[in-house]
Order: sequence, then C-alpha cells, then structure tokens
Amino acid sequence: MFALRRTALPAFSLARTYATSGNVSTLLLVEHKDNKVAASTLNALTAASKLGGSITALVAGNAPDTVVSEVAKLSGVSKILVAKSDAFTHALPESHATLLVETQKKHGFTHLVASHSAFGKNVMPRAAAILDVAQVSDITGVESADTFVRPIYAGNAIATVKSNDGIKVITVRNTAFPAAGQQDSAASQEDAPSISADKNLAEFVSEHMQKSDRPELDSATRVIAGGRGMKNGENFGMLYELADKIGAAVGASRAAVDAGYVDNSLQIGQTGKIVAPELYIAVGISGAIQHLAGMKDSKTIVAINKDPEAPIFQVADYGLVGDLFTAVPELTKKL
Amino acid sequence: MSSNLRILVACKRVVDYAVKIRVNAAGTAVETANVKHSMNPFDEIGTEQAIQIKEKSGGKVEVIAVSCGSDKSQETLRTALAMGADRAIFVESAEELQPLAVAKLLKAVVEKEKPDMVILGKQAIDDDSNQTGQMLAGLLNWPQATFASKVELAEKAMTVTREVDGGVETIKTPLPAILTTDLRLNVPRYASLPNIMKAKKKPLTKLTIADLAVDVKPRLETLKVTEPPKRQGGKLVESVDDLVDKLKNEAKVL
Repeated sequence: MFALRRTALPAFSLARTYATSGNVSTLLLVEHKDNKVAASTLNALTAASKLGGSITALVAGNAPDTVVSEVAKLSGVSKILVAKSDAFTHALPESHATLLVETQKKHGFTHLVASHSAFGKNVMPRAAAILDVAQVSDITGVESADTFVRPIYAGNAIATVKSNDGIKVITVRNTAFPAAGQQDSAASQEDAPSISADKNLAEFVSEHMQKSDRPELDSATRVIAGGRGMKNGENFGMLYELADKIGAAVGASRAAVDAGYVDNSLQIGQTGKIVAPELYIAVGISGAIQHLAGMKDSKTIVAINKDPEAPIFQVADYGLVGDLFTAVPELTKKL
Repeated sequence: MSSNLRILVACKRVVDYAVKIRVNAAGTAVETANVKHSMNPFDEIGTEQAIQIKEKSGGKVEVIAVSCGSDKSQETLRTALAMGADRAIFVESAEELQPLAVAKLLKAVVEKEKPDMVILGKQAIDDDSNQTGQMLAGLLNWPQATFASKVELAEKAMTVTREVDGGVETIKTPLPAILTTDLRLNVPRYASLPNIMKAKKKPLTKLTIADLAVDVKPRLETLKVTEPPKRQGGKLVESVDDLVDKLKNEAKVL
C-alpha cells in the first residue's frame, strides 16, 4: 500500500530545499500519565527540533498543570497550548484527534508530531484522515522538512519517504532520537481551542498496568530478554535477578509471551516494543525476523542459547553457546 | 444477540511473514515478484474474530471480507471465505494504495454495505504503518478500539480490552465501531480442504476505484529503499568468564 514503486521525480526535486525556520511550525502532541510526561515525548521533541522552525506543545488533560510546567522547561518548546477538560481524562483517541484537528484549523501548523507509542499510534492517523493528509509512521530519521526515513518490512528495509501533503503528520520511533533536554526560559502558555463533547464515542472502563521497579523497557540502557528457552514463568526469576544486579529492564520474545511466561507488555519485536539499549542480552531466544525487528539497533547484543545454529548468533556481538540455566546464574554471580 | 449483525473484515495480501525480503537492485522497492504472499497475519486474526462472533450468534451475523489491490488480492479473499466469511468484496486497483486511500475506499464500501462493525488488523507487516483502521474511524466519525486483545459484544455496544504501553486498558464503545486486532485476540483457524472448495462458490463482488469514486492518488513518494546496516555479529565466547571480560573491557558496557 505504501508506494514502494519509484514515482517519476521532477528534476528540480533533486536539489531539494531544506527547511528554514521561516516556514516550519510544528505541533507536538504531549503524552502523559500520572502527572508525568512520557519519556517517548522527549524523543519526539528532538525529532521535531530537527525540522527547524518553532515548536508548540499541546497538553490535554483534566488537570494538566504539573505536566504543563514540566513541558514548559523542555528544550525547544516555545509555546504550550493547554486543553483542560474532563474529555481528556483518559487518552481516548476520539477526543484527542478532534482537539488536534481544531487546533490545526486555528493555528495552521506545517507539522503534527507525536511519538509512535500506543497513544500516538492511536490518535495521529485518526486526526490525519480528518485533515485529509497522509501520515508518515515510526520515523527514524529526518532528512528535511518533508522527507523522512522509516523502516518497513519489520526493519528489513529502510525507506526514504517524501510527503507531498501540506500538513505533515509524523510519528517518531523513540529509540532513534535522543531525549530532549531542558531550557532556561519557560515556554509561554495559551488555551487550546475547546471542543464539544461527542457522546456517541468510546468511554474508558478500566486499566491494568504492570507494576515494576525496574526501568521502563523502551527507554532502559540495558535490557535482558527471555524466550521460549526459559521453559516457564518461574524461570524468569533468574533474569530478574540478573536485571536487578545491572539495572536492566526485562523483556521477552513473542514465544515467551504466548506461552504465558510473562505479560504481553514485555514483548519485544515488530508488534511489541522496539528497544535500542546499550546492552541487550537475549536468553533462550532463537532470533526470528519479528523479534530482531524490535532489538537489532541495540549497541551491543549478547546471546545465550544452546543451539549454535540459532539466527540470533548472526546479530550477536558476543554469543555464548550453552545451557542458560547454568550460564545465567553464573553470569549473575560474576557481575 | 437478537438482531442481525453485519461485520466487514479488511484483508491485505502481503509478502508472507516468514520470507526474508530483499531490496531490489535499483534500490526503489522490495522485491515482490515470485515471492510467497499470504494474508496479513493481523487480518487473519480479524477474520477469525468475525467468524467467532458469527458462530456465537448461531449464524445471525453476516461476515463480509474486503480487500483492495491487485488482481491477486482475490486469493486472499478466497482464504477469508474458506475460513468462514460469507461473501467478499474486491476493490481492484492496479496502482499501489496507501493507507489513506484504503481508508477512503473502505469508507465507500461501508456506506454501501452498512456494517455494524469493521475489523482490521492493527498493522500490515509490509509497510508497518498502523494507520488504516484509525483513519477509517476518523473518516466515518465512528469510535475506534485499536490493538484489541479481547472483545465482548452486547446489544449495540462492545467492550474491548486493548494492549497499551505498560499493560492493558478496557474501553466500551457503541456500535457501529472500528476494531483493530492485536496478536493476542485469538488464534486463527486453518481453512480445511472442503471449505477451500466451498469458498470457490461463495460470492465475490468486484468493484473498481471508479465505482467508488475515491481519489486514491498517493500522498507519499518513496524516494529510495535500502538494506538496513549489517551488523558485525557472530563472535562466540568460550565461557561466562570470557563473556564478562569482553563486556567489561572490550565493549565497555558493564
């Protein structure tokens, strides 16, 4: 569906003009939960700053004050639009997309940006369709204000894509951009346009979040992941011990999740989380295409597997062929 | 359910998930000629979900499979029919279709067929966009329940458990609504040989882009496609001691 065919390019496009601060104005949709800005929004902000031009942040919530003051201090944010309403208590896409569209109509941004998180993925395409523009999903690079790099086919090919729409709607792969820092002067604030409530849409019922003291999987600098080779959920205890010793997050392959060893939210891969830590330790994971899609941009990859033919060894910087049930405790002891 | 329900299921023909893809020599696209294709795995889950709803209702649900694309997309629709869909709609397009174009075509089909629910996969494994369901919901101004891992239908409403970052969330939407499937929703059935034979006789309606009067002009232009950087993998260590030493002194990550 993506135009993978090369379309004929007019000659002048070869000398592409790059974005100048005069014509780019970006709206960043801020994701937050429990009064804290989501880490992935900081990465999306860095991507937004690569577009050149001004960055306005949109913060929506029923009581967003704490989040607004946090966002005001983020490097590169010049203005914050605040939408305070009970309609935004939960991250429902219907209200958030309507807000984005109304904000766009009033302010006329050139770019709408959010992180490619469950929230961003849910909201942004809905808004893009209402605005009748395409979306460029999960970008890993900004070439210019209209040209972006993104992985396709589970990361087995990298496409460079130019958007010909007047408004560029973009979601950002958080691991591809560093987190934005702080700035000295706080951004100014303004009210976002109000939206009328549509009663005929979705309502929030409940949520169940996995509680953990370990770092968040998608922003951790070290990740240890277990696969089918772990044999059961109890054996993941070994990985937790090792993880706690080196301050790592714990993840899993699809096989481990499907077998019920750990919760779905720990899945790493094409359809789960994408991670790119300094150190990734794959334990009892064979290395299917779909799993590699989620971790092969890690800086250093270690594989522990008893099968020397496992594809994971083809991407691992260090491979240990052996029984994980002896190797992992030994590793924990020696660190 | 007392009343009849109509479910539209969107299915995309994609390069099979197990295929190790290759970028073409010109660096303009992924090689798709002579490569095994099959139904997008998330769409199989969507088809399965529709059929399970039908089975629970005692057959009072009509399941319509729809696919947009090249002539060969009809094979994908036959698969959906063999799994248990009642009939199929094929929207023929020689051109590549981007998510916004597909969402508009599906909107036109929805307006013709008036389903109570449209089920799509959460993403196609070729373009990995994760957009079409949300776009369709936006165009129709219907509620959307994306990344669903559990669905319960009641009279004129559904309760959906969604996979979100860090856990799950449950929402309730009135019907009509859009549902997009996550991996955990179900395990799709295999089509049996007799059902594959029967599927050949089930109705398949062909439509063209012109029939639906939709502008499908691509908005995104792919300038180039490249191979991802190769990793220098493949170094084996002898022991845990060796591994610890390498991580501390060579990679300096511990």
